[in-house]
Amino acid sequence: MGKITLRNVSKKFGEVSVIPSLDLDIEDGEFVVFVGPSGCGKSTLLRLIAGLEDTSGGIISIDRVDATAMPPSKRSLAMVFQSYALYPHMSVRKNIAFPLKMAGMDAAAIDKKVEGAAKVLNLTSYLDRRPGQLSGGQRQRVAIGRAIVREPKAFLFDEPLSNLDAALRGNMRLEITELHQTLKTTMIYVTHDQVEAMTMADKIVVLQAGHIEQVGSPLDLYNSPANVFVAGFIGSPRMNLVTGADAQAEGATTIGVRPEHMDISTSAGKWSGKVSVAERLGSDTFLHVAVPGHGSMTVRGAGEVALSHGDTVHLTPQPGKVHRFGADGKNLA
Amino acid sequence: MSTQSTRAAARLMVAPSVIFLFIWMIVPLAMTIYFSFRFYRLLSPDRTGWVGFNNYAWFLNSPDFWTAIINTLALVGGVLIITVVLGVLIAILIDQPIWGQGPLRILVISPFFIMPPVAASIWENLFMHPQNGLLAALSRGLGYDPILYLESYPMASVIFITSWEWLPFATLILLTALQSMSSEQMEAAEMDGASAFSRFRYLVLPHLSRAITVVILIQTIFLLGIFGEIFTTTQGGPGNASTTLPYMIYKQALIAKDIGRAAAGGIIAVILANIVAVFLMRAIGKHLDA
Amino acid sequence: MARAVTTKQKVIYTLCAWAVGITIFFPVLWTILTSLKTEASAVASPPEFLGADWTLENYAEVWQRSDYPRFFWNSVVISIGSTLLGLAVAIPAAWSMAFVPGKRTKDLLMWMLSTKMMPAVGVLIPMYLIFQRTGLFDTRIGLILALMLMNLPIIVWMLYTYFKEIPGEILEAARMDGASLKNEILYVLTPMAVPGIASTMLLNIILAWNEAFWTITLTTVDAAPLSAFIASFSAPQGLFYAKLSAASTMAIAPILIVGWFSQKQLVRGLTFGAVK
Repeated sequence: MGKITLRNVSKKFGEVSVIPSLDLDIEDGEFVVFVGPSGCGKSTLLRLIAGLEDTSGGIISIDRVDATAMPPSKRSLAMVFQSYALYPHMSVRKNIAFPLKMAGMDAAAIDKKVEGAAKVLNLTSYLDRRPGQLSGGQRQRVAIGRAIVREPKAFLFDEPLSNLDAALRGNMRLEITELHQTLKTTMIYVTHDQVEAMTMADKIVVLQAGHIEQVGSPLDLYNSPANVFVAGFIGSPRMNLVTGADAQAEGATTIGVRPEHMDISTSAGKWSGKVSVAERLGSDTFLHVAVPGHGSMTVRGAGEVALSHGDTVHLTPQPGKVHRFGADGKNLA
Repeated sequence: MSTQSTRAAARLMVAPSVIFLFIWMIVPLAMTIYFSFRFYRLLSPDRTGWVGFNNYAWFLNSPDFWTAIINTLALVGGVLIITVVLGVLIAILIDQPIWGQGPLRILVISPFFIMPPVAASIWENLFMHPQNGLLAALSRGLGYDPILYLESYPMASVIFITSWEWLPFATLILLTALQSMSSEQMEAAEMDGASAFSRFRYLVLPHLSRAITVVILIQTIFLLGIFGEIFTTTQGGPGNASTTLPYMIYKQALIAKDIGRAAAGGIIAVILANIVAVFLMRAIGKHLDA
Repeated sequence: MARAVTTKQKVIYTLCAWAVGITIFFPVLWTILTSLKTEASAVASPPEFLGADWTLENYAEVWQRSDYPRFFWNSVVISIGSTLLGLAVAIPAAWSMAFVPGKRTKDLLMWMLSTKMMPAVGVLIPMYLIFQRTGLFDTRIGLILALMLMNLPIIVWMLYTYFKEIPGEILEAARMDGASLKNEILYVLTPMAVPGIASTMLLNIILAWNEAFWTITLTTVDAAPLSAFIASFSAPQGLFYAKLSAASTMAIAPILIVGWFSQKQLVRGLTFGAVK
């Protein structure tokens, strides 16, 4: 149903090559997240799949049919925009009904579908309001409702949660994940927030400068990052990356240890330094330690750790948790 | 944002406007240039004849022409100065906390919506008329003979009438700009210890300078072509005391019916306007969001 | 500007401001008053203010006895006609420039602006001759065309700035929702653009109604609108003061009222969007 394939897809804006050449397979029913830093091309890629931009080269297939030249309206894809893009002059009901109206469905069938979507999304009491009268979260749901009624082959989400406040974001993340479990439709989700990526995805595609750095499940990326970039991008706080003598001793150009994989000691350890900042979250404590020769390293301690600014600490990586990368940045494992 | 299909559609949709304006600009302008080099008088049977720059020479040698240029510049300059200076002052005044700002605005902007012939007619007949005008009555009441404004001071009268018409425009633009000033900026300055006058000089005036530029340049476009007021009141007279360049060209075209000469005059006017346009494009182009 | 102002200051400001306002508005007020007096009262010396003879006969006379209705109707037809024609041409152009900007779009807009800067006298000759030869002289159609061309740059500019304010994503959403170009324009763009289009329409009607160059030079009798009519009464012969005042009042009243409601549009339109 919602199998999407990209072969040699490239995109240029004028002289600037945003996506050089890219291959990707998305299976039916998968929740795929495109993640990467600003400007990596993830939104562009999404828009290419949607048909809102033309490819400069390559083939996009939807369910084994070449869709590269198809306009957006014919691709059976639904998109939820970052700004929701609701029609301000139409009521919620009309907003959700719009795609069905464009498809030529008759009024009775439309009403049924709209009511159905509204029920799933808790919008029934808002059906006759205008977007301007709704809160951010409600508007978000209307945008999703408008996408659902079309029963598309795949849902495309373009950073849908960035405009919401933190608490709401957490709730909506759950709702979208539950939606996926209910509908079982392919979902392609773009975000710069790696927490969203890790928690929601079946498969994550990490992008940088138009290249795919790695494709894999969240835990694959966490446990076996393919290169230095992915290692540093996935995981919060960031993995500690060390070059120089310590790395060469392991036979690598760069080694990396995650903050949660280091032991703290006040007596002895591999690396030592003074605590510059101690971030206490209650559940964890993150210590930022100034290690001479290695800049600042971050280590996680469970619960409350009785160390603060100026204290000396010793850090030791846990065995088997050190990642080794070669001169080309690739994982040596 | 765009794809092939939308781009092609877009080009098609711009076409009519572009074609219209292109034809409107190029064809008539080309014809004017053509006629300006020929001997062509509607009342003369002798139609053909290339006369080179004779028509232009006639203009440049004619004392009327230089009077017209001076009058045109006087009109533009005079109205600009009056409207901008008074405009700033009135805008500041209206921006103060006062009662009934809404209705007041309506009063102040009214003259702008009055068509030039009516505005001119009102001043000419109801105010400046030596027998029945209100100003004449005022003079008589004060024991003076009424002044024959339109006869003795034709250009000044025209400048006055035109200023009255355009003052609302300047005031409105400046008031809008004034009200768009962030109050936070003013509050920060107040906390920094700036007096009202300093705030005016270092914050308000620079903020207004952009709006003032816009006002000056927009008004200049329109002021260079002022016609209706002169046509209605003085017809350029007495003599040519209130003849501006557009009016002079009009006289050549439709009264003397000398097409060749009028065409040359038109080209001169276009050149004059282009010089102004260069400055205008630079200044406004910088400010536009295009 | 100032926040905490004493009541005394407010009173002073209010009095000064209103004094200025009334002074500026006074000529209009006087015209309206004069139109309501008898001819004798209108030219009375010293001028009569409150003790004049009041009457409505001037309006009746101007409207019934002279050709006034014809001029009025010409003004209406020409203003609305040129506006509608201008919108028909400008809406597609502004749409494409706002939503599908090309490399040349900015240049194109600047060029359109520049055509407005060309003085009308520069093309007076060809327009006059062409209108004569093609029979457009002294016709309403001819004036509609001429005024449309004069104001087209302003219409395109204003619509462009309004269209630019419509978020592009909403139109993309419509496209994703299966709307063809026609449906996109019909169901989404136009409803959202209606306020902007209305404002542009108002402004253009004002500009066309008040236009006093082409309406005078390209007409004689048939198509002459109010501007030409009033302009030809320089030395009042045929219309005396009270009637002239009535004629003037009727000529300016519609636009005055429209103008009061469209101050914002005026600022936006006539500064080509530079001041909003």
